[in-house]
Amino acid sequence: MRRSFTSHFMAGAVAIGLSAVAFGGAWAQTSVTIGMQLEPPHLDPTGGAAAAIDEVVYANVFEGLTRFRSDGSVAPALAKSWDISDDGKTYTFHLNSGVSFHDGSSLTADDVKFSLDRARAEDSTNAQKALFAGIESVEAVDDTTVKVMLANPDGAFVTKMAWGDAVILAPESAADVGANPVGTGPFKFDRWVRGDRVELVRNPDYWGDAVALEQATFKFISDPNAAFAAVMSGDIDAFPGYPAPETLAAFEADPRFNVVVGSTEGETILSTNNKAEALSDVRVREAIAHAINRQEIIDGAMFGFGTPIGTHFAPHNPDYLDLTGQSNYDPARSKELLKAAGYENGLKLTLKLPPPSYARRGGEIIAAQLREVGIETEISNLEWAQWLEQVFRGKDYDLTIVSHTEPMDINIYARPGYYFQYDNPAFQDLMKTLDVEADPAKRSALYKQAQQMIADDYVNGYLFQLARTGVVNAKLKGLWQNAPTQANDLTAVHWD
Amino acid sequence: MLAFLTARLLTMIASLLVASLAIFVMLDLVPGDPASLMLGLNATPEALNALRQELGLDGPWPQRYLEWIAGLLRGDFGVSYTYRVPVTGLIVERLAISLPLAIYALGLTIVLAFPVGLIAAASRKTWGDVTIMGLTQLGIAVPNFWFAIQLQVLFALVLRWLPAGSFPGWEAGLLPALGALTLPAFALALPQASILARVMRSSVLETMHQDYMRSARAKGLSRAGTLVKHGLRNAMIPVLTIIGLQFAFLLAGAIIIENVFYLSGLGNLVFKAISQRDLIVVRACVMVLVFAVIAVNTVVDLAYGLVDPRLRRR
Amino acid sequence: MPPSRRTLPTAFVLGAVITAIFLALALASFFWTPYDVTKLAVMQRMKLPTNLHWLGTDNMGRDMLSMIMVGTRTSIAVALVAVGVGVGLGLPLGLLAASRHGSLLDEAVMRSNDLVFAFPSLVIAILITAAFGPSAFNAILAIGIFNIPVFARLSRGAALSLWQLDYVRFAQTAGKSALRISVEHILPNILNVLIVQMTIQFSLGILAESGLSYIGLGVQPPTPSLGRMLADNRTLTALAPHLTLIPGMAIVLIVLGLNLLGDGLRDLTDPKLRGRT
Repeated sequence: MRRSFTSHFMAGAVAIGLSAVAFGGAWAQTSVTIGMQLEPPHLDPTGGAAAAIDEVVYANVFEGLTRFRSDGSVAPALAKSWDISDDGKTYTFHLNSGVSFHDGSSLTADDVKFSLDRARAEDSTNAQKALFAGIESVEAVDDTTVKVMLANPDGAFVTKMAWGDAVILAPESAADVGANPVGTGPFKFDRWVRGDRVELVRNPDYWGDAVALEQATFKFISDPNAAFAAVMSGDIDAFPGYPAPETLAAFEADPRFNVVVGSTEGETILSTNNKAEALSDVRVREAIAHAINRQEIIDGAMFGFGTPIGTHFAPHNPDYLDLTGQSNYDPARSKELLKAAGYENGLKLTLKLPPPSYARRGGEIIAAQLREVGIETEISNLEWAQWLEQVFRGKDYDLTIVSHTEPMDINIYARPGYYFQYDNPAFQDLMKTLDVEADPAKRSALYKQAQQMIADDYVNGYLFQLARTGVVNAKLKGLWQNAPTQANDLTAVHWD
Repeated sequence: MLAFLTARLLTMIASLLVASLAIFVMLDLVPGDPASLMLGLNATPEALNALRQELGLDGPWPQRYLEWIAGLLRGDFGVSYTYRVPVTGLIVERLAISLPLAIYALGLTIVLAFPVGLIAAASRKTWGDVTIMGLTQLGIAVPNFWFAIQLQVLFALVLRWLPAGSFPGWEAGLLPALGALTLPAFALALPQASILARVMRSSVLETMHQDYMRSARAKGLSRAGTLVKHGLRNAMIPVLTIIGLQFAFLLAGAIIIENVFYLSGLGNLVFKAISQRDLIVVRACVMVLVFAVIAVNTVVDLAYGLVDPRLRRR
Repeated sequence: MPPSRRTLPTAFVLGAVITAIFLALALASFFWTPYDVTKLAVMQRMKLPTNLHWLGTDNMGRDMLSMIMVGTRTSIAVALVAVGVGVGLGLPLGLLAASRHGSLLDEAVMRSNDLVFAFPSLVIAILITAAFGPSAFNAILAIGIFNIPVFARLSRGAALSLWQLDYVRFAQTAGKSALRISVEHILPNILNVLIVQMTIQFSLGILAESGLSYIGLGVQPPTPSLGRMLADNRTLTALAPHLTLIPGMAIVLIVLGLNLLGDGLRDLTDPKLRGRT
């Protein structure tokens, strides 16, 4: 009796092992499982800021008039072309014909008008309402032509329309779009097991180039250790925003995997409360800047992945100014500055850290570095909810570390009410000039001036540009290497 | 008997009411605004206000409490702030993982603990007993999440005998589904089995000291024979109490284990809901878990009352 | 049946020795550690044990032995204060309830005890730290709250039987107040039961601290704790196993030591309970 039980059990164990082997087997695969650390709260990119929403639906389920490419450039999408009036205030978009939504209805200019009007409406919950603030009116000229009238010329309008927050929805499905997204993209929403995964299937009626994948699953794994186990065991085919850089060496050594390192729009900064007592003194902020050893932070917190920055701008942008020398690691200078500011006997600051490991680990390292020059920090690790409440909204903090992942977001320094509490009228004027400037050369000069200005004021400690470290099955091709916007564009993904 | 039954049920209802009030008040004190979390860094105040109204976050708490209780009675836990779907559905979905996991872990616990506890009791004072008791002490001392990670690395990443995590669903077949739950169930069961084995041993020993056992021995029955024939049934009462408690514990206690094995069970739901300030979900989950404990306790009490009328008066 | 005189003291002695070693390590860390645990050395990270670092270095290049010493101190402190909270509030409640046996007060204390027991402790602990922010204080609070009913129930039960004794009744008729009786006659006689339970709750507190710290809700950096060491190095279990094995084993040993000590104490002080878990 006992023997037969044992042998049954063994047989079971072997069968489990075999099925695991079979799953990793070599038949032609048309499905993919993508790992993500954060789960989207809903799937409406026009009604929430969570990057995770776009990471599931951008370019896969929903499309806008224009779209970002992997290199950050803007390409036509639902609009195959557009004309700009001479005064730069009227954009006429020509839509692709034969485009239909997943529910079968056709895309018309009315849908575009509806989507843009909905996003800029008074009661809109669009998280990036500023994108649409310049729109004065939208007019559907005919089925495939839309005219957008702007209050002022806006050189960046076509780029703005590429954002996930500007995708086109149909009026009849817009109400329930968060739970049941209906778009025009190459994948249809299939089901969402909340807390676990979202499943997409191929849209057979897609208007553009057919995709290679039949099925795509986005699996949500927040714990870095679980993410490691899931990728290592082959449960997950690609984890583009892989949260445990300390383990990447193991994947690099393993022929089953490719480690992909790309750039992001994430300026990771030691955000500083410019209205806090000690920190309102620019000498103290400069002292902090010189106390920071960026390379040690990149090595210690990111295991070497990341590019040092000296201002709030992405290094891969052509307009980027390398200002790292201005805030070089110089503890002696830092101590002098602190002395000049009257803090030679030490200074105590709070350091409030959100959950990502760049913040938690980076915070520990920065705390140690600041201690070297006589600044004691009191660390508290916060969840995002607490961080938003205390730091972002309450401005009850001295220092925090966060990666600002929105593209081209240097204009946040023009908001005196923003959580840095940086109030410089000269900078605000500069941004106003930039807003109405359409000439690329002049825009570039203005951007450089802005970068210099916030570096001179040592508004924040500029640490590094967040790298996008991903682990991908060696046989899986076509994923984005860089992240010009937060997305997992699957349109070109295929198995070798 | 009927009076006893009614009294116990009334106590249970009273406990649930008090618990629900405690849960509600406690969660009302938790700071953090779900709306601002949902809209992110660049949200405008208007958008925030619009969303807050949509979520029904304003209104005096006694009114919201009564509405909540009224909903509970209809099996309606409200709508999740973050997911904006009915909470009841979320919980049912998660129980489809948590319940099998708890049952699997409890099964393992019993299968491991019973023989071990019996052998230890039967071989009392020998080196076998000492070794077994030492091992159970070790089992209690091991942090189960740490043990879980070691199991995961060894059996899933190095040996690749079992999946590293995730639950494929019962539609994937019995073996893959059970396979996926095996490592987490073992990690959960080890400390529980150690506790249960010790309870089993002492309970059996206690019973063997009773007079009727001695007389059975005196009548010439063997030690093992006495144990099986007379001892077990009586020894089971404390053991069953512990098992009841363990089941309730396993349902809620898997939070960290679910994290390790990326299982989307009830613990995972509560954990994420807390960090996202989805307090309506937290409230519902805590209520379900408290209900489970109170219900198990009531059932155990009733069972005692049935077996032993003396216990009906407390 | 007489106790097995050969084996039980062995467990007790073993428990006492293990506990003493870790207590000594923790106390020593107040005065001396091989290295400064607040100093990071990123280039020296994840080293295997060597002459310089007997237990290797962690993911930030800190000396593991120093981390274990300070971490043990933190974990012990958190668990110990949490036991203190439990005894400090639970014991008076239990004694009070026992002195007014059958009263509304007694009933209220016992009912609220049952209620606390019904709550999922880990969930509530997470909630507390979510509400008030993660810190050593809140971790203590979260663990301590669940110690209160344990000690309330225990001391009430033990005290109730003492209230039936003749000399206590005599003291009562002699006009001594319930408070004086509780302090003078009851408390000294339930101390041994309390001490045994304290070692058990102490060991559970160590486990609870490690669990809370593991999900990031315990003491905050740069203060090391055994749970935080596990948490910080958890992704490296497969790559640098000693980083989680060492703090894990430390937790196992401390808890094991305390449990053996508690069992041993119980067997020594209360022959009736001998052999129970």
